[in-house]
Amino acid sequence: MSRGRIWFEALSGSSGRQSDGPGSLLLAEATLGGERVSYVALAPDAQARFPRARGGEVGVEEGWYGARTIRRIIDADGDSTKRPIVTIVDAKSQAYGQREELVGIHLAAAALISAYAEARVAGHPVIALIVGRAVSASFLVLCGQANRVLAFDDEQVLVHAMYKDAAARITRRTVEELDTLGATIVPMAYDIQSFDKLGGLYRLLQVASPDEPNVGTVEQVKLAVIDAIADARRGPRDLSSRLESEGAKQYRKASLIVRTKMAEQWTAQ
Amino acid sequence: MTTTVQLSEDVLALSTRRSYIEMNARARAAQLLDAGAFRELLGPFDRVESPWLPMQGIVPQWDDGCVVAKGTIDGVPAVAIALEGKFQGGSIGEVCGMKMAIALALARQDCERGIPTRAVLSLESGGVRLQEANIGELVIAEIYAELIALRKYVPVIVVIAGMTGCFGGMSLAAGLASYVVMTRQARLSMNGPEVIEQEAGIEELDARDRPLIWSICGGAQRHATGLADMLVEDDVAEIAHAVRTLFKRGQPARLRSDAHDLYIERLGRLDPAQEWTADQIRAVCKEQMP
Repeated sequence: MSRGRIWFEALSGSSGRQSDGPGSLLLAEATLGGERVSYVALAPDAQARFPRARGGEVGVEEGWYGARTIRRIIDADGDSTKRPIVTIVDAKSQAYGQREELVGIHLAAAALISAYAEARVAGHPVIALIVGRAVSASFLVLCGQANRVLAFDDEQVLVHAMYKDAAARITRRTVEELDTLGATIVPMAYDIQSFDKLGGLYRLLQVASPDEPNVGTVEQVKLAVIDAIADARRGPRDLSSRLESEGAKQYRKASLIVRTKMAEQWTAQ
Repeated sequence: MTTTVQLSEDVLALSTRRSYIEMNARARAAQLLDAGAFRELLGPFDRVESPWLPMQGIVPQWDDGCVVAKGTIDGVPAVAIALEGKFQGGSIGEVCGMKMAIALALARQDCERGIPTRAVLSLESGGVRLQEANIGELVIAEIYAELIALRKYVPVIVVIAGMTGCFGGMSLAAGLASYVVMTRQARLSMNGPEVIEQEAGIEELDARDRPLIWSICGGAQRHATGLADMLVEDDVAEIAHAVRTLFKRGQPARLRSDAHDLYIERLGRLDPAQEWTADQIRAVCKEQMP
């Protein structure tokens, strides 16, 4: 069982199976911190209709059905209390296939991003909990629009633009060279501590035996999610917490310069 | 003896055409705005370049491959954002990505203040810049957030002309746009053909088969299957006119990225156990929208 599914079940107390849509898309309602919360995850599904999306990838069905799922949550809450949406992230990548491109996987992925962003703007605390892989579009789709991103501090947790072997081939470097670069160039590193330095995470969680959750670690993670939800509700409904972070002050200096100078020049005549 | 040569309309049209594809990003941005209205923000003379490329022995560029210009379109305040496909493959690094995100944010702030400000993006991009990997991912997420916030106020138009194409993170930005304009030469695709071949094997896709690639993600196919709104010739005047026509049209009846019911129904009509052809996809789209 994938780590994403393990933690989805541990936190939600449900298999997350849906009556229609792909088997990879898990959804459950549960009580957390005295309120109703929606848990979402993607998990491998050996029976998936699309052969290239059987390993827990973001495919066309995951994108479109995922978007519908998030939009139904937004519609259901209407003007009442906006329930938190907690996505448990362990998704290998996007699906790589000819059929996917023919039918527009870029749009399916955009649809889910759009739905998450609309949920955040509507006031739903959108929380991403990275327990495994969030690589390439799976990061952009499942974590990118979250108010707060949590991650396990663990070797199997990976946030990156591309897996190391593929990145080495494309940039014509060896894996060893990439490791050397990653040691000095923080955005290129493959460890989650380096990603945390960039200001992309709200908290990094030390969780004992992350493949085998127990009563204690589940409670620990739940408390961290409750805290992230409360913090999201206190803050603005945008992504500004990332660029305002201490990490960004140190590692995204160029971003901050662009922000200041562009604003000055925008209004100058 | 004199011979009179009759030139066909097509040939005459070609001789007066000015190629947009052959222009660099700066010239493209200028062509999308009204004549004389171009004012570049954070231009090359501000020398804000990638801090990460020189650390890796790669020569940076003073505009980081992204041109942002303020101006007007049909007299309405506008911002044009153009990516330079010839610098690092149009890849999104920290500086160029932030220029995009902040430009979209400033346009939205003007909209909120009652000054509707249009945004047009000319995208040529291979996706995230691997040399700035995780900052690129964070910045791209910020571009999406700002694009989604701005399109509530004004249409956001993406132009994909070629020849780099629009891939990876920027293909998703095209998916979020209110309207997409493409030429036949342009490609719009999430994963580049080489990446698909590498990840899924040559049986899945032969990246050298150019006619096949363009039949999947070229402008004509994207337009025929509803993933692009207008198909234009590689001509500056025609592209500028298409952009103006779409701004005049105003907000789309429904954003493409909101159309989950249509696309879920489309997926149901197709059998992923079979091979698909570009013509089949066109036929299914026609069935859905007669």
